[in-house]
Amino acid sequence: MQYEFLEHTADVKFRAYGSSPEEMLRNAALAMFSVMMDTATIKPERVWEVELEAEDLESLAYRWLSELLFLFSAEMAVFRDFDISLSHNDMWRLNARARGEHIDRRRHSFETEIKAVTLHQFEVRPGDSNSPWMMQVVLDV
Amino acid sequence: MLNKVDENIYELPIGYKDGMRVPGRIFISESLLEMVEPGTIEQVANVATLPGIVKYSMAMPDAHLGYGFPIGGVAAFREDGGVISPGGVGFDINCGVRLLRTDLTVDEVRPVISDLIESLFKEIPSGVGATSRLHVSDSELTEAFVTGARWAVEQGYGTDEDLEHCEENGCLKGADPNQVSTKARKRGRPQFGTLGSGNHFLEVQYVGEVYDERIARRFGLFKNQVTVMIHCGSRGAGHQICTDHLEVLSRAVRKYNIDLPDKQLACAPIGTPEATNYFGAMAAAANYAWANRQIIAHWTREVFAKYFGDVEMPLVYDVAHNVAKIEEHMVDGKLERLYVHRKGATRSFGPSRREVPQDYRDVGQPLLIPGSMGTPSYVLCGQDRALDLTFGSACHGSGRIMSRSQAKKTYRGSDVRASLQREGIKVMATESAVLAEEAPEVYKPSHEVVEVVHALGLAKKVAQMIPLGVSKG
Repeated sequence: MQYEFLEHTADVKFRAYGSSPEEMLRNAALAMFSVMMDTATIKPERVWEVELEAEDLESLAYRWLSELLFLFSAEMAVFRDFDISLSHNDMWRLNARARGEHIDRRRHSFETEIKAVTLHQFEVRPGDSNSPWMMQVVLDV
Repeated sequence: MLNKVDENIYELPIGYKDGMRVPGRIFISESLLEMVEPGTIEQVANVATLPGIVKYSMAMPDAHLGYGFPIGGVAAFREDGGVISPGGVGFDINCGVRLLRTDLTVDEVRPVISDLIESLFKEIPSGVGATSRLHVSDSELTEAFVTGARWAVEQGYGTDEDLEHCEENGCLKGADPNQVSTKARKRGRPQFGTLGSGNHFLEVQYVGEVYDERIARRFGLFKNQVTVMIHCGSRGAGHQICTDHLEVLSRAVRKYNIDLPDKQLACAPIGTPEATNYFGAMAAAANYAWANRQIIAHWTREVFAKYFGDVEMPLVYDVAHNVAKIEEHMVDGKLERLYVHRKGATRSFGPSRREVPQDYRDVGQPLLIPGSMGTPSYVLCGQDRALDLTFGSACHGSGRIMSRSQAKKTYRGSDVRASLQREGIKVMATESAVLAEEAPEVYKPSHEVVEVVHALGLAKKVAQMIPLGVSKG
């Protein structure tokens, strides 16, 4: 499973999974955009480069989703695929290529506008040989 | 776990959860309490663990599950030893409501409501990705962050009288534009002068019922009069400001050794650089929101002028329902400066407070309680009793009872539109999915919430407004 939505009365809550932290971050980003729209309507014709760093993976994961929301809001960009590479020594670093396009009102219709990624019940759980990596997110919508 | 201490007052004792410094207090009726999710009670308890909290962690009758504070949460922190937390304000800083009155009656407006709503929908940008008709420079944006609605009035959007009738006169003091990131500016600029989406709306309505003639007259309201309600906030600027500072405050929690039950309650002790910077940025977002509502009100007046000529549309009032403010309150017989957080809660100040505008001073400030789409909204009047019970606070709306995903499974946007149309309510929305998500049935009945507030004496019922038409995001 890439991601699943959990019941939340006022906001949107989901869990994203992956066999690696990179895959988990990719699936979380897909989950987030799928809240807003049908991501199949997005053409992957442009690339946005994202570079981030943080003290730990959880902070990096928060920053990753927040950065994509920023690009959505400030540059009117919507994404449907992501190549992510992570590295860490003293800091966690993320380099990503987010593929998508600018909002085109004729082809894109929106469901729920996401205001922000909250830290409420925000969690990153490392995977092992038995279970995948998992992150849990509550979005303010 | 909840003890009933009085009619409509329930207490959550210290010890319900480890680390609670004060009890929780939920101001709610028995029937509304049945609709409150266990998670909401948990969030009331979480807030009670924050350092420097005074008296109680409170929740209003429209309480429901939020992040950090519950929606409908109120908490005050002492200046010495207390904290300030974006979890008690939310991402949509100074989301709020304003009400314009007209000298038109429902019979004059109903025949043109369809065209009127279409014009408002066209002139006031709304929906996901909407960009403003306004093009502000960087320095103009800075001015708006610092001076709020006054900036808008100085640019010709409205009058000085409008400012008199805004909470804080439309400008929260202490805004620091240097704490607003480039990202927040980038998001805020194109969205300045837009309504947003989700539960935000612009509604043309009429006074269906007057409960208190004297106060209604003081607020300029009368039966069958047409009013306009605007509900929106600080848009991407506020969302980004909260996001930026939440990260800083998360680190501050470790630095100052604060133990938190929920990461969204990230906070810093009042007086530390992290707390001061957040407050400065939060105030800037609050001011952006007041300027935003001021601009939208001005465009609304322009549209009305096209239809009705020289129509007067004074501002009844403008309230914030997501904000933290410095206020003086009596605590154990002493006047103290407190940081009052209201997250999905409205200030309710009665006649004794100097913050109430001069011309409302003998009755109290207006409170504006929007209904859900298609259901009545209310004007209430602040009461001094709220100062004793809730640091001068009351409800802000009705509160969701059904999730958005469930709503979309249960309702179809087109059906919701048709059913409202049958009731004579014209609805325009950018996306019909929003109509399903915001179907009237997904909210608690707002009259029940208002009745509890009235019965407790937190605020007094003044008038009820019935929707004629709505423009949504």
